[in-house]
Amino acid sequence: MNTAFDNSDDMRDLYRELILDHARNPRHFGKLDDATHCADGINPLCGDKLRLYLRVNEDQSIAAAGFEGSGCAISVASASLLTDLIIGLPSSQVQNYYNAVMQRLGVPGADDAEPGSIDLGKLKALDGVREYPSRVKCATLAWQAMNSALDNQPTPVSTE
Amino acid sequence: MTNAQENRSNEACVENYRQDFPALQQTISGHPLVYLDSASSAQQPACVIDTVAEYQRNDHSNVHRGVHTLSHRATEAYEGARDKIQGFINAASRNEIINTSGTTESINLVAQSYCRPLLSAGDKILATELEHHSNIVPWQLVCEQTGAELLVVPIDDRGQLNLDEFDNLLTDEVRFVAIGHVSNALGTINPVKEIVEKAHALDIPVLVDGAQGVPHMQIDVQDLGCDFYAFSGHKMYGPTGTGILYGREKLLEAMPPYKGGGDMIIEVSFDGTVFNELPYKFEAGTPNISGVIGLGAAVDYLQSVGLQQIAQHESWLLDYMTREISKIDGIRLFGTAENKASVQSFLLDDIHAHDLGTILDHQGVAIRTGHHCAMPVMSFFRIPGTARASLALYNNAADIDQLIVALKKAQQLFA
Ligand SMILES: Cc1ncc(COP(=O)(O)O)c(C=O)c1O
Repeated sequence: MNTAFDNSDDMRDLYRELILDHARNPRHFGKLDDATHCADGINPLCGDKLRLYLRVNEDQSIAAAGFEGSGCAISVASASLLTDLIIGLPSSQVQNYYNAVMQRLGVPGADDAEPGSIDLGKLKALDGVREYPSRVKCATLAWQAMNSALDNQPTPVSTE
Repeated sequence: MTNAQENRSNEACVENYRQDFPALQQTISGHPLVYLDSASSAQQPACVIDTVAEYQRNDHSNVHRGVHTLSHRATEAYEGARDKIQGFINAASRNEIINTSGTTESINLVAQSYCRPLLSAGDKILATELEHHSNIVPWQLVCEQTGAELLVVPIDDRGQLNLDEFDNLLTDEVRFVAIGHVSNALGTINPVKEIVEKAHALDIPVLVDGAQGVPHMQIDVQDLGCDFYAFSGHKMYGPTGTGILYGREKLLEAMPPYKGGGDMIIEVSFDGTVFNELPYKFEAGTPNISGVIGLGAAVDYLQSVGLQQIAQHESWLLDYMTREISKIDGIRLFGTAENKASVQSFLLDDIHAHDLGTILDHQGVAIRTGHHCAMPVMSFFRIPGTARASLALYNNAADIDQLIVALKKAQQLFA
């Protein structure tokens, strides 16, 4: 029996088809020229840096979103899923998603936020990282950047 | 002996050494642990673990302070370790062996105690593009404090220093040279002896960051001729939180203390304080006694195996690893210097190093991924990071074979 192969099968828990697809073909990749909000997410563990752009309408809904930078499959897929999801949503609902994702991935302190009774849909594909503590930061990087972009925090966020 | 025979005899020895390391006897996700991250921190042999435990159990006390038996024992073992380390790197005097918490503290000590009083605006410090952050940031700090400037010797595509550029940068404005012995990110062995000679010809003192040198080759600080040599215990099979600053006695004597506190004084009054003599002047406060004693045991262990034997085995294994890994389609090697030790950095296809690290871990293979605290090296290659496999005396060909299998699995997963 080839145990190594069984184990690599196991990794499908983390690297689900949806994740690999978004990592290979990230949606909304690239600079958003008419962005109203922008923030960097930096993962000091690996030095990865991701810049998230938002264009927010006057009614506070998300008109457009994009990102650029380099990252691992998890962080790129997460950014891709995020941008895909939030376009068209009111920013208050984006905030709910943010809280729900943080909670679902077990980010410390996230419990204090409003409990989200929100259906995470495709974002559940990120669940695999819960088994890999050092990778949770990869999954949350884009979310943290988005959160600080919406807060209009001028400084880059770090996941450390 | 033929090459093949030599390698086989080496392998037989390595099997014995592996048994000395309890941590290597475990499985990870159902696979035997293949530990290829010793450049980050090496595993400890049972003799080190037992020496520390024995000390904790029976001899623990403070050093240099008590008249009672335990304090005598602790002091004797602590100072005994200093003597071992002195012999290990062939320092001229035990006064030249300062216990620190690691390479990082050793370098900061030199930057603040030796360089800071010496520097003024316009002076230059010379370092290299290969350095670990701990041989960059302390110099940046002291430059900020003094108005001095940090100059950087560039590297070539193979990760070797551009020595012509070193010669050009080494002018009489340079007050200090800081250089790594072996690059932790690329494995390059720098020609430190030659660099020391050139710097000394202009009366410029040299610090060598030996964190990656000491575990892999016989170090003779007098032969190297350097003024300071810094290294960490945990990369040479010893405990974390230990490290050494070797400094030439004449320089250390002239330097002000780095930290103030107990043990580093002879007399204290509010009119003034008389500092203790070397090496205690630089060892303020209760030291990491158990760690230092463990470090002494690690020195004994390294000497019982023999640095010659270690260097020979690791060099053979590095060749084997590089050869095998190069056979994988889509591998890109970083750090292909002519003169290398124990480290290979690489990337596979366009799989991010972080993903490689996780997938390999799942197959029991521990490697380091990321920038390896050498961001300038990563910038040079225009990559955010690499995967790095690093070797120690306990690794064998089977470890490399498992690494190759794991890399191919990663390739399949991302295909
Ligand atoms: C070349 C080099 N210098 C310095 C250091 C810093 O050592 P420590 O963290 O033990 O102080 C390291 C460790 O990673 C290293 O590899």
